Amino acid sequence: MARKNSAIKKSSEDAPQLRDLKLEKAAENVSNELDKTIHERMRLGMISALAANESLSFNDLKNLLNTTDGNISVHARKLEEAGYLTCEKSFKGRIPLTEYRITNNGREALNSYLNHMEALISAMRGVR
Amino acid sequence: MCMAKIQALRKENPEANEPVNIGSRAIDNLRFIRETMERSVVFTTVPGYGGMLMGATAIGAAIIANQQVYLRNWLVVWIVEAILAFLVGFLAMWQKSKIADTPLNSVPTKKFAMSFLPPLICGVIITLGLWRYENYETMIPVWHLLYGAAVVCGGAFSVKAVPAMGWCFIALGAVAFLLPKGFGDELMILSFGVLHIVFGFIIARKYGG
Repeated sequence: MARKNSAIKKSSEDAPQLRDLKLEKAAENVSNELDKTIHERMRLGMISALAANESLSFNDLKNLLNTTDGNISVHARKLEEAGYLTCEKSFKGRIPLTEYRITNNGREALNSYLNHMEALISAMRGVR
Repeated sequence: MCMAKIQALRKENPEANEPVNIGSRAIDNLRFIRETMERSVVFTTVPGYGGMLMGATAIGAAIIANQQVYLRNWLVVWIVEAILAFLVGFLAMWQKSKIADTPLNSVPTKKFAMSFLPPLICGVIITLGLWRYENYETMIPVWHLLYGAAVVCGGAFSVKAVPAMGWCFIALGAVAFLLPKGFGDELMILSFGVLHIVFGFIIARKYGG
């Protein structure tokens, strides 16, 4: 009887360690596979907004994400270099107008990021 | 002599040592994506051609209302016109949303409706109140001001032409208080007729129908 009790105790002690190990492994897998280009908050916001609109101007993005000119241009350039958005510069009367559009690659990157997040949530629920 | 208060340079923050739950961070990311998408979408299913049709029916109603001898009949004409205009506006919005393939129950549409309807409902209630006291003269400025307020509020989630039209209605509502009694229908032609047609035309040309 005493032996049985100690066995139960041991298995209940092991369970949290095993869970932590699974969590750690899941987190490591996810962080390795995550697209770092759009994982950053500002860039994630820009890609999300552009996915919901045909195009957005520099000022639209700046007002939407409540940030500075410098921030938008730096992150837009990174997304452009990754091939996730295109930038078109023109003039509206005498005022320069910069418009951004999401590319097919950008849309795919956002989709796979969403899948990642969903998979992560369901994995966490499974572990619990 | 006063001793300075001694404070610890580093305070222990019990929350900082707690591990961050990856699942809740993923949920937070998904929520951020959804909220950014919702905020970025502008309500564009404002009916341009529908607005023009509403303007045309308002001009017709103003001509009929002007011929009425009794003020009560005059009011009935405008109530029928208001119901007709509401139906025209709603059907035009529904058709435009179908063409643009955006559902009418989308978040921007809900935001528009929740901002547009309260001043409109207040307008209906005030009109009924004024009808009870037979205060017909005050109805015209009230209609302008409250319809203008509805359009400005709803237009906050739409293209710039919409709130601009609302402000024009509010300005004409202020003018209506200054005008002599007999010019109500003429003002209605200018506002609910001409303004709707002009702004409807701009919206139809610039924002696809």
